Amino acid sequence: MVSAAVARAPAVPTVDQVWAALAGVPDPEIPAISIVDLGIVHRVTVGGGVGVELLPTFVGCPALDVIRDAVRERLAALAPGATIDVRFTFAEPWTSDRITPTGREQLRRSGFAPPAPGGAELVQLMPRVACPYCGSRRTRLENSFGPALCRATHYCADCRQPFEAFKPV
Amino acid sequence: MSLDAGLAPGTRSALEALLLAMADDEFVIGYWDSEWTGIAPLLEEDVAMSSIAQDEIGHARAFYGLLGELTDRDPDTTAYDRPPESFRHCRLVDHARTDWAFTIARRYLYETADAVRLAALEDSSFAPLAGLVAKIQREERYHLAHAEGWLRRLAVARPEGRTRLLAALRTLAPDAATVFTRLPDEATLVEAGVMSAGTADQAVVWRAGLEPLFAQLELPLPGAAADPATGRTTHSDGFRWLYGEFTAVRYMDPVAAW
Repeated sequence: MVSAAVARAPAVPTVDQVWAALAGVPDPEIPAISIVDLGIVHRVTVGGGVGVELLPTFVGCPALDVIRDAVRERLAALAPGATIDVRFTFAEPWTSDRITPTGREQLRRSGFAPPAPGGAELVQLMPRVACPYCGSRRTRLENSFGPALCRATHYCADCRQPFEAFKPV
Repeated sequence: MSLDAGLAPGTRSALEALLLAMADDEFVIGYWDSEWTGIAPLLEEDVAMSSIAQDEIGHARAFYGLLGELTDRDPDTTAYDRPPESFRHCRLVDHARTDWAFTIARRYLYETADAVRLAALEDSSFAPLAGLVAKIQREERYHLAHAEGWLRRLAVARPEGRTRLLAALRTLAPDAATVFTRLPDEATLVEAGVMSAGTADQAVVWRAGLEPLFAQLELPLPGAAADPATGRTTHSDGFRWLYGEFTAVRYMDPVAAW
């Protein structure tokens, strides 16, 4: 579908074509999930050019520039010659509830426990998250901070596997 | 092109002062926190403090960025190319880092104060600030929970943890409330709905919020700022040392692209 759109090389693609193209842009830290399933695409506009507004998962996320460049590159391939405007916005806060059901499953298969629904709860107060490897709930929080701003570290008492979970925010 | 905030010139300059104060607070405490990377008392605290530092410097970047949209000034220039005396962070975050108990005492005082300040901005009439604050609040809850957990642990860790914690609270007491140092023309911010309460009112809310836990842990409540007029303008040798650290790379190659 995406390659067909590229083959037709429309000057300005449709909103649906842009969303389809964005679904092919992986998260740079967890490439198994796309930025669409991660829920960071706030708005797509087409008109004189293509505009995409993105929501940072965390304000200080160091991957923002990488994501912006990847989106620009993908849209330049979709709409050669079109004006492309990619920007981050805080118009609404990204919350972990924006991750799609598909995205949650992709995270789990990559070894990351998806966040508990209801981002209002702090990770410390979360019900025990299920181990992404064996499914056990006999897990404990090791640290509500982890190797990336958006992740916490846990340990599974059954399969004895340390694992990471997305923080509810 | 600078952002048109739809504000009167006086309100606009007051907003710029507010953004600079918040940005500098987060920037300086973030750099102090980053000094723990590799030497925190526990491996998990290396991870936690590094992550918290990254969050705080990220918040600073966003505030400098918003300030830059109002003033046409590059955020990196604001952060790294000012002389140390131009920084407007409060004296609570100005103190040198010293030991773990000091870091925890300061983090707890700062995070509780910052939460009150952010709450006064969550419904800001300046929409870009309200949006950013809504996002930052979700992250700061983790910092506050971290600081509170450690405050509780140290308060009952007799004798050494508690002794060190009490010494830190004594050192910080005259400067704890400097987060709420009156900002230039802040009344115009309240009138314009940029901020829902002035700094003096915020300080009252903050102190009342501290009372239950401090009473429970039998810790002395910090009083009013010893020198409220200079709460954001007098800087210590400790800060000048940190300034040398965080500008070192910038000075090596000021035109490097990042």
